[in-house]
Amino acid sequence: MSAQAGTVALSDHVCAEIDRWIEKFPEGQQRSAVLAALHAVQHETGGYLTPALMNAVADYLEMPPIQVYEVATFYSMFETKPVGRHSISVCTNISCMLRGADDIVAHIENRLGIRTGESTPDGKFYLKQEEECLAACCGAPMMMVDHRYHENLTPAAVDEVLDGLE
Amino acid sequence: MPEHDLVCFATRRFESEPWTLQNYLAVGGYQAWQKVLDGELDRAAIIEQVKASGLRGRGGAGFPTGLKHSFMPREAPVQKYLVCNSDESEPGTCHDREILRLNPHSLIEGMAISAYAMGATVAYNYIRGEFMDEPVPRFETALQEAYDAGWLGANVKGSGIDVDIHTFVGAGAYICGEETGLLESLEGKPGKPRFKPPFPAQHGLYGAPTTINNTQSLASIPTIIRKGPQWFVDIGVEGSSGTAIFSVSGHVEKPGNYELPLGIPFRELLEIAGGMQGGRELKAVIPGGSSVQVMPAANIVDLTMDFDTIKAAGSSLGTGAVVVMDETTCMVNMLRRISRFYYAESCGQCTPCREGTGWLYRVLTRIMEGSGTHADLDMLVDVANKIEGHTICALGDAAAWPVQSFLKHFRHEFEYMIDHGGRSIVSAPDAVAA
Repeated sequence: MSAQAGTVALSDHVCAEIDRWIEKFPEGQQRSAVLAALHAVQHETGGYLTPALMNAVADYLEMPPIQVYEVATFYSMFETKPVGRHSISVCTNISCMLRGADDIVAHIENRLGIRTGESTPDGKFYLKQEEECLAACCGAPMMMVDHRYHENLTPAAVDEVLDGLE
Repeated sequence: MPEHDLVCFATRRFESEPWTLQNYLAVGGYQAWQKVLDGELDRAAIIEQVKASGLRGRGGAGFPTGLKHSFMPREAPVQKYLVCNSDESEPGTCHDREILRLNPHSLIEGMAISAYAMGATVAYNYIRGEFMDEPVPRFETALQEAYDAGWLGANVKGSGIDVDIHTFVGAGAYICGEETGLLESLEGKPGKPRFKPPFPAQHGLYGAPTTINNTQSLASIPTIIRKGPQWFVDIGVEGSSGTAIFSVSGHVEKPGNYELPLGIPFRELLEIAGGMQGGRELKAVIPGGSSVQVMPAANIVDLTMDFDTIKAAGSSLGTGAVVVMDETTCMVNMLRRISRFYYAESCGQCTPCREGTGWLYRVLTRIMEGSGTHADLDMLVDVANKIEGHTICALGDAAAWPVQSFLKHFRHEFEYMIDHGGRSIVSAPDAVAA
């Protein structure tokens, strides 16, 4: 990542979204909107952040690019490498582990033919390595697909969710 | 307890859209705020009532909420902030998500009252990023309803009181649940905890006096003000007032979020959660989220679930996340998963935590792979002891306590695995797990 990667124009939609967030913070504290800005950019541009996109966010928020890179690489929801269009996070933390999360992961790996952390070659699915507990422990095992929670999973329920994605 | 007495889950009784303003008003919602707006309670009186209620923070540390509010320089002529910590991410914990989804107005009202009490005109609700699909929009819709109904904004209902509440959305980092890590994140930075002192009440968000409270703590305040602090005290037990939401997960028949009086016997809680899954034997319980000490079944079955009792028994009520493990659970595997979590979530700024959590995870991994030695067990405890108390924030302690307690209570399982080339005691032919 570097400033040499250049920059790109942010869409009107993204700019409007960033502006909506900037308004929540005091004058001069627009840096607080950087997480929201990166979410918005990532959503619109295929699920991951490029250096050019991060530079554009830095320009918009009047931040040094390095500060944007730091944020993008610190938080797990931001991707800084190309990944599949549909992001799948299976919670494997303790409550889910006790109720069969590892079997759910194995089922998805088998079905997609990839390992956790990889994307399918057609670019459709990304099976993210999720370290955090996703706070749906009473509906374990669970997964998050494109931000949507699916609880009380069985392999059949997983298939139904994945079959429903375009 | 009767359903109408529920505090944070008061609207769960409505089958259809429990989260609406209409349903919240039907359970007495915004009556406490109205009292404040009518001038029946000034700042000091609100804080006194919260103190008198004995409410202790539900986010893990159990610090008295009213006392925390009293630390703010509420009359100082500077901008002050209230921040709600909805970055719910302690493993096993999922009740704040339910408040956001099912009773968001209780949080909004609690934030409004608390902000006013501390002289803050602006409040932020920091919600974890993973909640962006359902809890965030639910909260934002409720916020809009509250503004439209005139409960928030400038000069609320002509009272002269100004309170604005904003939503903030995180992006995936356990460490942002630590209050100063959260403030850093809110300022648009990596969520690396700050040195304390100065404490946030002196130097918080943007350098201004700030108080950070957990979602459930704030959502409890309207009912405390409406029904009076003694009502809340009478629900719980000495040292643990009121109801708390227990997230019961793991090997039970009916995992769920149950709002119950503090001090409820563990056996009763287990029964409410449907008892042990498949009728199997209880082996161990983590009573307050993965950061607290594990308790063998025999150490908890006869106890009551309140702050002082669980503390005296060598663990902590933490977030009220009760993780139940049956006889089939491999404790080495559990600890390894817990250690992987802290390794992954360490922010990296303190050497003992950054390096130590990796050591813990790698040594536990090699034990599971069959190449562990008995000396490794002493090393695990040694590394844990060197992390505990030597870091800026409590994540280091949270990484150490499970290691210390799993080895204290279940050392034989680790020894068995080392002696049997990585085979777990629970898969042994003559398995006697506990």
